[in-house]
Amino acid sequence: MVTLLVAICFISFLLVKNSPIDPIQAYIGADMLKVSPEQRAKITEYWGLDQPVMMQFYHWGSAVLSGDMGTSMIYRRPVMEVIGERFTNSLALMLSAWVLSGVIGFVMGIIAAMKKGSWIDRLIKWYCFTLASTPTFWMGLLVLIVFAVWLGWFPVGMGVPAGVLAEDVTLLDRIQHLILPALTLSIVGIANVALHTREKLIDVLASDYVLFARARGKQGMVLFWRHGLRNVALPAITLQFAGFSELFGGAVLAEQVFSYPGLGQATVEAGLRGDVPLLLGIVIFTTIFVFVGNLLADISYRVLDPRTREGRKV
Amino acid sequence: MNTMPKKFPLNHKQWALAKIILAALLLALVIIGGLFLDEGRIVTNLTDRNSPPSLEHLFGTDWLGRDMFTRTIMGLTLSIGVGLIGALGSASIAMFLGMAAATMGKRADRLISWCIDLFLSVPHLVTLILIAFTLGGGFKGIVIGLTLTHWPSLARVIRAEVMQIRSADYVQVSRRMGKSRWWIALHHIVPHVIPQFLVGFMLLFPHVILHEAAVTFIGLGLSPHEPAIGIILSESMKYLSSGMWWLAFFPGLCLLIIVRMFDQIGENIRLLTSSDSNRD
Repeated sequence: MVTLLVAICFISFLLVKNSPIDPIQAYIGADMLKVSPEQRAKITEYWGLDQPVMMQFYHWGSAVLSGDMGTSMIYRRPVMEVIGERFTNSLALMLSAWVLSGVIGFVMGIIAAMKKGSWIDRLIKWYCFTLASTPTFWMGLLVLIVFAVWLGWFPVGMGVPAGVLAEDVTLLDRIQHLILPALTLSIVGIANVALHTREKLIDVLASDYVLFARARGKQGMVLFWRHGLRNVALPAITLQFAGFSELFGGAVLAEQVFSYPGLGQATVEAGLRGDVPLLLGIVIFTTIFVFVGNLLADISYRVLDPRTREGRKV
Repeated sequence: MNTMPKKFPLNHKQWALAKIILAALLLALVIIGGLFLDEGRIVTNLTDRNSPPSLEHLFGTDWLGRDMFTRTIMGLTLSIGVGLIGALGSASIAMFLGMAAATMGKRADRLISWCIDLFLSVPHLVTLILIAFTLGGGFKGIVIGLTLTHWPSLARVIRAEVMQIRSADYVQVSRRMGKSRWWIALHHIVPHVIPQFLVGFMLLFPHVILHEAAVTFIGLGLSPHEPAIGIILSESMKYLSSGMWWLAFFPGLCLLIIVRMFDQIGENIRLLTSSDSNRD
């Protein structure tokens, strides 16, 4: 993991350094004409842009190790602060979508598998396959059209109401602005879990021990509760945790559609406007985020499945 | 191919084949349509602005009076083109690295597995944004970005496959008989991996197209002058609150259908090539 992280830092640093966007121009923006060549040279020197790339990487890397990722050019604040604030917003969004899509997907998968071959199974399967090929942002637009424009139930965008002071924003407001993006993310996120759960449960239902349980007269919910649930829940949970990477990708798009002030939107902004420190910080941060997801998946295996624990002892 | 019986029901494989042909026909239709549609239909026509879908303008017109149907079809053709290049490049990288990992010894294997982990540990979209940023966006940037980000999962599959074949008896015999590594790879392994490669390629396609649209949508992909689906959708965002739903609805739906078609073709090829018939 450490080697991976270092390599990612290095590669993304190189990529960003080779960008055609001039960092000084991105920093100064429209006032470029007012800046004399001498001042320019000074900024270059101040940022160490005249040194070789390896030296720059070394400086940047050692700063990151001591917890300083530099200052974001767009927001004129330390990168850590921006990421922290944006991430709390995103976390609320991703967490609700994560739980929602996980639970709904899981239940749908179970229903489909228990009624395999019936119309409801076909409906769920069709729905999942279609959703798997739906662009997230298009889904977001549809949700926006239906709920915000036609029905007018929810605000059109932003994380908080416009024209209201930061202190006056209530929790209710925040939740209201959260619902639509979370809904979009969950609608799209369901497919994977549902299909996977369905496959697994069908396998389980075809196994010998279920056959035996059936022979003893068990059926329906009791059968599923005693024999199916634990076997199916495990892969589903693992899959949900391992899907952090996809989740973040979806969040980027959903936040863009709903102009929700989360980390995803910050990523897009940083990319569009050439905010190098922020972009690098986000790359590192998301890598850690995905890594944590995978780690949690591993841990959940240990906690939930007694067999893996036994295996460890032996 | 023409021996398909007229009587229903067809068996599984024939159904699969029929679906493939149908989907391919539809795709071909879109591509041909995109190539031959009249450019004149998307010129600015201010007398006919913002009209909802009608018989003359199937998908309505936008705020400059451009016919949305024409724009959508052209966008789809562009998307398919980008998808084709991206998926082909990705699948080739996957094929090469997968083969290399499995045949060139332990060290190469470890290195390539490490690379796969490397690419899987950053969210696709973030990598894409990073690469698009480096290359300054545009057609080149997006194609390279897509090519570089989509190979890892397929490479893993191919590597596992090659590993399995490598330990088969006939390969062992062949090695004992003094055939070189390359000879074995070319004559014993590649033919077995080709179906995997094809299926993987077709299944990569939807991902590539969706990511292309996504990156274009957020503004780091194709330039705004191209009639790409992502551009159409991101432009439509400004006009949504005034109730012009057709600007977003139809192009997205068409993209969805196209992606589904490719998915279908991939799935059905897999059905045809896999020998186990117990899947539903």
